[in-house]
Amino acid sequence: MTATTAEAATRVRKSFRPSWVDLFLWAIRIGAIVIIAWGLIGSILNFAAGRGLSATQWRDLIVAALSQGAMYGLLALGYSMVYGVLGFINFAHGEVFMSGAMVGFIAANWLFDAGIWAANPILSLFIVLVVAMLTSTLVAILVERVAYRKLRGAPRLIPLITSIGVSFFLQYTFAALFGVAVRSYPQVPESFRGALNIGGFRIAWSSVLVIVVAILSMIGLWYFVTRTKSGQAMRAVAEDKEIAALMGIDVDRTIVTVFAVGGAMAGVAALMWAILFRGVNFFTGFLPGIKAFTSAVLGGIGNLVGAMGGGVLLGLFEGVGPLLILGGLGIPGVSQLKDVVAFTALVLVLVFRPSGIFGERLGSEDRV
Amino acid sequence: MTAATVDAAAPRTARFDVRRLLRYSGLAGLAMVFVAATGMLETFNNRLLIRPILSMGYLILLSAPFVMGYLVGKRTEIEGVETAPRTSADVVLAIVAGLIAGLITALFAALVDTFPGLRGTFPRMGPQMVSLLTFDRGVGIGFLILPAVAAVLGALGVAMHWLSDRLRKALGVGALTVVSTAIFESVVKDVFDWFSTLPRFLYHTAGGLSVVSAIVLFVVAAGASFFLQGRKVPGLGSLTSADTGERRRSSLIAAAVVLVLTIVLPQLLGGVLNELLTNVGLFLLMGLGLNIVVGYAGLLDLGYVAFFAVGAYTMALLTSPLSAVPFQLNWWQAFPIVLLMAALAGVFVGTPVIRMRGDYLAIVTLGFGEIVRYLFLSDWLSPFFGGAQGVRRIPGIPVGSNEIGGSDITQFVYFTLFFVAIAAYISWRLQDSRIGRAWAAMREDEDIAEAVGIDTVKAKLLAFVTGAVLASFAGALFAAKVGTVFAHSFEIIVSIIILVVVIVGGMGNIAGVAVGALVLIGVLGGPNQPGLLQEFGEYKLLVYGALLIFMMLQKPEGLLPSARRARELHQEEYLQDAWLDKEGRFVGQEQEA
Repeated sequence: MTATTAEAATRVRKSFRPSWVDLFLWAIRIGAIVIIAWGLIGSILNFAAGRGLSATQWRDLIVAALSQGAMYGLLALGYSMVYGVLGFINFAHGEVFMSGAMVGFIAANWLFDAGIWAANPILSLFIVLVVAMLTSTLVAILVERVAYRKLRGAPRLIPLITSIGVSFFLQYTFAALFGVAVRSYPQVPESFRGALNIGGFRIAWSSVLVIVVAILSMIGLWYFVTRTKSGQAMRAVAEDKEIAALMGIDVDRTIVTVFAVGGAMAGVAALMWAILFRGVNFFTGFLPGIKAFTSAVLGGIGNLVGAMGGGVLLGLFEGVGPLLILGGLGIPGVSQLKDVVAFTALVLVLVFRPSGIFGERLGSEDRV
Repeated sequence: MTAATVDAAAPRTARFDVRRLLRYSGLAGLAMVFVAATGMLETFNNRLLIRPILSMGYLILLSAPFVMGYLVGKRTEIEGVETAPRTSADVVLAIVAGLIAGLITALFAALVDTFPGLRGTFPRMGPQMVSLLTFDRGVGIGFLILPAVAAVLGALGVAMHWLSDRLRKALGVGALTVVSTAIFESVVKDVFDWFSTLPRFLYHTAGGLSVVSAIVLFVVAAGASFFLQGRKVPGLGSLTSADTGERRRSSLIAAAVVLVLTIVLPQLLGGVLNELLTNVGLFLLMGLGLNIVVGYAGLLDLGYVAFFAVGAYTMALLTSPLSAVPFQLNWWQAFPIVLLMAALAGVFVGTPVIRMRGDYLAIVTLGFGEIVRYLFLSDWLSPFFGGAQGVRRIPGIPVGSNEIGGSDITQFVYFTLFFVAIAAYISWRLQDSRIGRAWAAMREDEDIAEAVGIDTVKAKLLAFVTGAVLASFAGALFAAKVGTVFAHSFEIIVSIIILVVVIVGGMGNIAGVAVGALVLIGVLGGPNQPGLLQEFGEYKLLVYGALLIFMMLQKPEGLLPSARRARELHQEEYLQDAWLDKEGRFVGQEQEA
């Protein structure tokens, strides 16, 4: 009796014997946890010993990271929605964002020259926002019409490769049109340069503005997706294109809506970029684009709340991580490694939890 | 499309379609404005193809209305049914559309002329562009020339369809010969160094074909094409034929020709062109490697440059006297270690991504590529990798008593070509081997491949490792050639350009990748290396992007496709067409009746 149980146990153990790929992945997981823990402990010890950043500096760092994360989140919505509906990574979404930022710059520059920027800052920012949103939306719709529409139903790598082509085409078209130099938005009006005092916390106005805009756009998007006809149509198409078509939904039009909404959100993100960093050139969209995609995966692709949450998390990783973890390990020049941290986060998310923190929501064809 | 099919059955009356007119004229106008606004016209105007009448800039600008006219007259066959027949309305449409497109561009020029302030934001939109668009005839009358020219070209484009197929093809061959002879000017001059009468006849002293030689070339090429058509000429054309026997025969002939050329050509070419040939060779090596990963195994690797970087840095560290490595090897001794490191890198990158969905795999490999570059660049690891400075003073490849590096480019070419030959041989042998067939099965359907007993984990890793090793060939050669390795050479754009080479050439096909590398790297140039058309410099990546989009939309299987790959990509069309016979009737009908 005991012998058979033991035999059965070995048999079971054998059938569950992990392959060496599993072992490798586990080694990565454990290694990552050890390194992160080590770095954290190192940082805490440093902090206790009074070395490194002070508490106020850490807080500022976190607030800055949050506002940047909010920007990633808005961009991530575009990736997430397109992936949810069409099942491919729209690599060119970063360039949609860049186009909004570039054309927004023209508007801002014009407003500055006309004196409106200084006289009426709120109105100026609003005009820049509208211009950036319109541009991004238009570019997103055009790209869908010209490059992606013909490729529905093609093997899934084909639209991905196409979107890489679109990305480079847009980048270098803007480089050729506007030149390659970095252009700076005019300085944010006087009244936004100070800091806001909330219960003893001093938070820079620009960060407050960015976070408020992000929350407002999120609410707007949530209302659109859950409460309007077009939003319902979007969700239906994401679920199953063919059945949605049978229900009388115009699939083509709905997909255009998806790109338009994603583009509009990218336009909002472009304004945030203008407030946070000011400098734009043709390459502005590339890295934020990839990071926003990382955010979308981090939050669970296809999941809109997840995209926003993933963006904020990635902003935190990237803003605080280099100093907190790598600094704790005693690595010099950590600010150079910001992007390494972001990309490592992408790899680790996909190793730890490919379906994201908040769970993915994909159409019937893409579910695995 | 259905509307057009219905039209075919309707009585054949010439109808003038306003929407079509607006679409075509809008697109052509937009294309011309684009060429002007991005500054292409201005930049390429310095490159004269036929002196003094045609520059590269005008060729690009004016090809827009011509292509538009051609498309207006083109009739596509959809599911065996031809759409509406050609009518005289098409000619009118093409002319009017050309006129409108020209007017749009002229309007744009007038706009730029009236608002000189635009130049602050758009550096290209200046008086130079306006004078080119008005053909130097001043602002008033000059605006009328472009619409007239565009209308004529539109008419010419549509007229092409009234010629017989044979004549049309011959004219195409003639035009292509003229343009490519002009583009390859430096090659022709170099190769015919011993017979300088020919280049002296062909080219103007200041560069560019002369008018007489352009006409002669055109007539000769077109005539040859016209009279030789229909006769069987063994050549590259049959490389794509479906008949395996014929394909094999012509492959062998092509291989022999290429072999002879590679032995003779470097001796004839000068330093600049051998440099170019070396670059083509390096990219071809990487293209062949990526072809195994993407073309054979179907894994889209966007961080392929990482393996190139690992190869180059390993070679640099092991051979340079300035590196942190305590001992110093020569190139040959270091080479096996380079391969080993690349293979390890392949395993290290490949393992975490093995279980991922195809598109996640793409983005994660991209991430790996960037991580590798940032690490090589960082201050943290600069004691090993030299940070932004890189690793300097890498010796060349020792042969006998001398070292062959970038300065002895004529000899270096042979090394590059030797490794290209090895890589091509490996690819060729792998293609139909057991693992090659496993890759093909995995590419077509991973689940089914697994179900029939293919170890997909092993197959994927092997693809990554083989690809990595081939890239490290290129990396090792690159280190010896340039003498200094630094992170700037390994940006993401390199990965993308290799991908474009593979896709434009033809995924999964060795000859295709070779053609892709020759045409793209040779003519347009690599990310940091100029090609034959040096003027392309700043527009190179724009063109690469556009090519990628165009190929994916029109011909995803590439210029020289592998037969199997083409079948996979067009599977749906094959299935659709299988329902219909040649006359477009439903095949199932008779059986049902």
